[in-house]
Amino acid sequence: MSCITSEAPPPKPKISALDMPDVPMGRLPPHLERQRTRVLCNSDAPTHTESVLSSGAYASMELDNSGLLGHFKDNFEVDVIRLNEDEMEFDMIGIDASVANAFRRILIAEVPTMAIEKVLIANNTSVVQDEVLAHRLGLIPIKVDPRVFDYISENDTPNEKNTIVFKLHVRCTHGRLTVKSDELQWLPHGSGFLVETENPQLIQKSGSKTYTSFGRSQAEMSDFESNPIGPKHEDIIIAKLGTGQEIELEAHAVKGMGKTHAKWSPVATAWYRMLPEVELLEDVEDVLAEELKQKCPVKVFDIEDTLEGKKKAFVANPRACTLCRECIRGEEWQKRVALRRVKDHFIFTIESTGALPPEVLFTEAVKILEDKCERVLSELS
Amino acid sequence: MEHGSINDVKSATFSLADEDHTLANSVRFTLNQDPRVTFCGYSIPHPTDAKVNIRVQTTEASIYCSEHLIVLVADQFHCNHEVVGFKPTSLVLGDPAKEVFTDALQDLIFMCGHVRETFDEAVDKCRKSNSGNAMDIKP
Repeated sequence: MSCITSEAPPPKPKISALDMPDVPMGRLPPHLERQRTRVLCNSDAPTHTESVLSSGAYASMELDNSGLLGHFKDNFEVDVIRLNEDEMEFDMIGIDASVANAFRRILIAEVPTMAIEKVLIANNTSVVQDEVLAHRLGLIPIKVDPRVFDYISENDTPNEKNTIVFKLHVRCTHGRLTVKSDELQWLPHGSGFLVETENPQLIQKSGSKTYTSFGRSQAEMSDFESNPIGPKHEDIIIAKLGTGQEIELEAHAVKGMGKTHAKWSPVATAWYRMLPEVELLEDVEDVLAEELKQKCPVKVFDIEDTLEGKKKAFVANPRACTLCRECIRGEEWQKRVALRRVKDHFIFTIESTGALPPEVLFTEAVKILEDKCERVLSELS
Repeated sequence: MEHGSINDVKSATFSLADEDHTLANSVRFTLNQDPRVTFCGYSIPHPTDAKVNIRVQTTEASIYCSEHLIVLVADQFHCNHEVVGFKPTSLVLGDPAKEVFTDALQDLIFMCGHVRETFDEAVDKCRKSNSGNAMDIKP
């Protein structure tokens, strides 16, 4: 027989839905914090991909989501992983995707370089048509600092501050000849081709005119005294000639931006990915551990021996994860493994084409975004 | 450059020529982080026009009010206006959209400056540690 008490049960205290005693004050509950800071990669599709921007997003919980600049200054971090002449990888932590993406877009489309734009063809008896040849020349990366040069507009006369002239004169005497980019010869004094005029008196008066009017030789400029201008790579094939075929031309390189034509893009590519986060939700042991290790094509998981003599899987290298989602295939695996991405941690990679080193390109890109803001500010005031 | 009614300074559309997602999306981010903004967004009216419109609306209510009224409003919502965290004047009157937009641009410039500084430091650090390794290999 159960004991019956005469006393009534004490009344339950009323708790508001917004008043969560188990959640520490001044912080988001864990599930919301996860949605705010992580992209959840489920087997069907990723969720919570957007970033919570509005300053008042958590106002009902009396939490401030405004991006105080002091916060940004304290939390922002850069960590260089790999850096060499043409390539770099670095981690950018504590910044929103919109700004990281702005840097990426500027790197690809708005950091200027020099590229061949005009080709004056004196003779081309090769099988490569003039326009195809000109296009191929345009795509050759040129190793020169574009910051030394000015933009040229349609009515400007080409001079030593806005144009680089290359000469290409090759002839195949017997057999076959492969013309490579090392045949491009820099002309620091400007064009060697004379402008044809129908009026011979004019030539007598002002002397013969070339296609450029250089005030002085580019070779004397301090930037190029010790490092002559030329193609970044010597072995880019321009054309192939048969016996008796000849190419004689002059190529004029000017300053431009990637948004006009990709040949001016300073990067082979620039991209970022968010840092992957892999978590084991329960212990995965023995046969399952081995299965998990085998499942992953990039070896994110490894196996360790536990004190009880079991084999237990652990996350060894989450950074390598490509989010192929092979490890969460099948219903039971979704309960064991969670894949996420950290929203404010970007693994940024820049591959330079060679005009400027990658770290300089990034700094230039950031400066360009600043300049854009300055421009709008000056228009507003 | 700027559209919006003359009477209402709290909302405006800024039309920027020769700009695209690069600037607009970044500014939208900094605008959103500002507690004075109630709404902001941007659009590119046509893909072939190099133009972007940025809409900024700041805190509502255009009524002129005295210190007394602010206290009344605060009482109405059972809160002390000093505790709300907003300046009572900005809550009721609203800030000019132009001012808020300028501040957002300045915030972005500040962010860029800090990014550049931090990045340069990180590159220097990487170079130093690398040159140290090289010295170890080749005595």
